[in-house]
This record gives sequence, structure tokens and C-alpha cells, in this order.
Amino acid sequence: MPDNKKILLKVENAGISVNGKSLVRGVSLEVKQGEIVTLIGPNGSGKSTTAKIALGIYKKIDGKVKTYTNKIGYVPQKISIDWTLPIRVMDFMTLTEELTQDQINSALNLTGVEHLKDKSLSNLSGGEFQRVLIARAISKRPELLVLDEPVQGVDFKGEIALYELIKQISDKMKCGILLISHDLHVVMSATDFVLCLNGHVCCSGTPQKIVKDSKYKELFGDRASNILSLYEHKHDHTHSQDGTIDQK
Amino acid sequence: MLDDFFIRALLAGIGIALITGPLGCFVIWRRLSFFAGTLAHSALLGVTMALVFELNIAFSVFLISAVLAILLLQLQTKTNLPNDALLGLLAHSSLAIGLVIIGFLTTIRFDVMGLLFGDILAVNQNDLLLIWGGGIFILTILKFIWKPLFASTINYDLAKAEGMEPDRYNAIFTILMAAIIAISIKIVGLLLITGMLIIPAALARNISNNPLQMVILSTIGGLLSILIGLFSSLEFNTASGPSIITAALLLFLISLIKTKRYSELKK
Repeated sequence: MPDNKKILLKVENAGISVNGKSLVRGVSLEVKQGEIVTLIGPNGSGKSTTAKIALGIYKKIDGKVKTYTNKIGYVPQKISIDWTLPIRVMDFMTLTEELTQDQINSALNLTGVEHLKDKSLSNLSGGEFQRVLIARAISKRPELLVLDEPVQGVDFKGEIALYELIKQISDKMKCGILLISHDLHVVMSATDFVLCLNGHVCCSGTPQKIVKDSKYKELFGDRASNILSLYEHKHDHTHSQDGTIDQK
Repeated sequence: MLDDFFIRALLAGIGIALITGPLGCFVIWRRLSFFAGTLAHSALLGVTMALVFELNIAFSVFLISAVLAILLLQLQTKTNLPNDALLGLLAHSSLAIGLVIIGFLTTIRFDVMGLLFGDILAVNQNDLLLIWGGGIFILTILKFIWKPLFASTINYDLAKAEGMEPDRYNAIFTILMAAIIAISIKIVGLLLITGMLIIPAALARNISNNPLQMVILSTIGGLLSILIGLFSSLEFNTASGPSIITAALLLFLISLIKTKRYSELKK
């Protein structure tokens, strides 16, 4: 199959160390138009760090990072707005880009928080805030989206809807997405390429390939390997409250 | 009617309030109140340097403030001491060095009080030119860099990731801070410039719900402080600089009452 999609982000053998201690090393990845690349891995495995390396946030890194677009939308893992700064959702939406009222409304509408437009950012709940963060990132019609745990704190139903939205955005707007997620089942069902991190790239490939990898099983346990098979054979599965898949 | 010196004082005060209003908001948002204080303290050293080397006072103060800001950045990379400790160290040591050097300047009569509290009633036309010229310059730059600076204030990573170059705009902002202190040191003095940067912005925070509104209210608060302070110093024959800050404090207290009522209404 000819692959002539535009490359948006190329990371080559990148890493970073702080005070002589390596946080993450030897990461290579590529994000193309309309493609979702996902980083998975245990806590402290360097997922967020890798995303920040890719975004050029650190000053000194090893290896090479090249971005081929300047239309980038970023949803950071953590962001805290100080009380001293009064800011409404609508002010936050235009933080790095000029938008019309219509553009603001439709982006907020997509993530289901249009009614919060005039609310203060500091009065939002965790889930509402994440929805605003996602809306802001997509409102500028980015070519490259970097989403670091974008649905944290969102209730379960909303989580699925938001992941569907992310998938839609990648299809419709033809933007490339670098996603960090804990939710293995979403990762395996909706992404094109998976990198499994633990300080370095343990294994990488398509979801189908990854689940068969012994290193993946080592990191996430045997149960994680069944995720894909569940997905391939039984699309009417059910979920328990905490988001895991009920195995029948 | 009003004397010339009083008109000049009013014009100077209004000019300063127009600059400190917006700049003060960023000082509050970025949690730089102590940084502003440190720069102001270092101004004493700047003034003594100007006397020793026969430099223009504003220029010398600007230079010392800039050096201090760079020194702070250097210290931050050398030690893990928290920022407030480093700022305290710089503030008091630069003040002390300034006073020590003054001790050696036996030939020059030096008014330390004037430097601490300024002398807004002694403003001449050159000072006015400096304030309004410098003020327009500072505000123009601030307007120009508003968006990237604001984005960097909200979140460094986000601004950096989306191409807003936070490092560059943080540096420009530091230079603007040094500039406002340099041009206002003679008029409000080093202890009071910090007050003019912080108090109007603080009172504005109490009664605003978006950034632009806070900037406008902060400027209005500063202007009112200048007017009330100057006219009451004329009326009661009090020191003008401290009267301005006292007026600002009173306005701040009023803004507290208003928030209380407002939140009661919401219940």
C-alpha cells in the first residue's frame, strides 16, 4: 500500500537526562497525517516526558526531534490556574490563537461544555476542565495534536464519547495525533501504532503485533493481552464501573 | 488655582498609574511581588552608582535592575534554594551595598529618604518627558507581546508547545519591569513603586472575573490612588508618596467589602 501521507513529527533516538539520571532514552517515533500513535507504559515510564520532548519543551535533549507543522494543539497532563488570574473559559479558548465566537462555540459544543463558556476556569470540575482543554486544543484546527491523558477525571460515558471524538478528529481533520493513555482497551481499538515505554521503548508496532509481544505481557500482565482478542471477536462487550472490561 | 508643581505632580502620577496598572496585573499573576520589591531595592544601588560614575539616574537604575535579574537566573541554576530566599538575599544585599557605598560618598549630600519615598512634588519637565515617553514605550511593547506573555503566564509548557516562545517573552517582561522602576524611582521612590505595582492590581482581582477587566480596574484603581493621595496630601499637608499608597490601601479595603457583598448575593 503506497503511503504518501505527510509526516508531521519525527523523533529520532531521543532522550533526556536530569542530573545524570536518564528519564527516558532512545525513543524513535513518527506521526503522520490522519494517524494516531499511542504511548503506553507504567507510571514513571517517561510517557509525558516523551511527549514534551516531541513538543520541544525541554532545552537540552539527546537525539533529534523534527516537527513539520507549526499548527500544534497540546493537552498537557497537568495544568493549574492560579486564583490570582481571573480567566473565563472563553478567554482560555483564545490563549494561543485568535478565534471567532462561532469557532469557540462549536469547539466547546463538540466536547459538550458549551454551557460553561462564561464560567471561571477555577470553578470547573476536573472532568469539565479536561473537556475545555480538549476543546481548546482542537479549536485551532491543528495539524498535530498531542494529548496527554486527555480524559482523566471524565466520567465513564464521557470518556468513550471523547475518545470517539478524538478518532473522528483524526479522520475528518486529517490531523496526526500523539496520544498518551492508560486505557489499554481504547488504545488497542483506536490507534494505528503503539509504543510501549518503560524508560526506553520496550516494544512498538501495530496493536495486533504489540499484544503478542512478550515484553508487553511482562509490563501489563497476561490479562492485557486478551484485550485485543475481546475487541476483535466481541464488540458487544460490557464494562464495569472502573472502566475495565468485564470478562465473561 | 492649582500651582504648576502640583499639576506636574498630577501628570507624573497619572503617567505612572497608567503603566503600573497593566504591568502590576502581570506581577500578581506571575507571583512576582517579591521580585518587584527586589528590583526596587536594588534601585538604591543604581542611584549610588549613578552618583559615583556620574551617570543618568534612570539609566543606571535600569542597568542595575537588569544585572540583578540576570544574577537571579544564574543563582537559580547554581542552587536549589527557593526563589523567595534568593530574592531576599539579593534585595537586602544590594540595598546594603548601596548604603555602604553612600557612606564613602562624603562629598555628595544624599537624600536617602527622597530615594525611598520619592518626591513627586519636585517633578520637572524632563521627568515628565521621561515618564510619558518611557510609559508609552513600555505600554506599546506590552500590548505587542500581550498574547504570548499571557499564554506563558498561564502555562509554560502549553505556550512553548504551541509556539509562543515563553523564554523570550519572560525575558522581555523582566526588562519592562526594570524599565518601569528606572523611570519612576525619582517620583514615587523605591518603597512605593512596589506598592503601586501590587496594590491596585490586588484590589482589581477582588472585583474582576476576566483578565482584561482586571487590567482596566487595576489602572483605574491606580489613577484614583494618585488623585486621592495627591489632593489629600495638599489638603492635610502630608507626605505625598505615602499618601498615594495609603489611598491605594483604602481602595483595596473597599474592594474587599464589595466582594463580600457580591458573594452574599450569589448565595
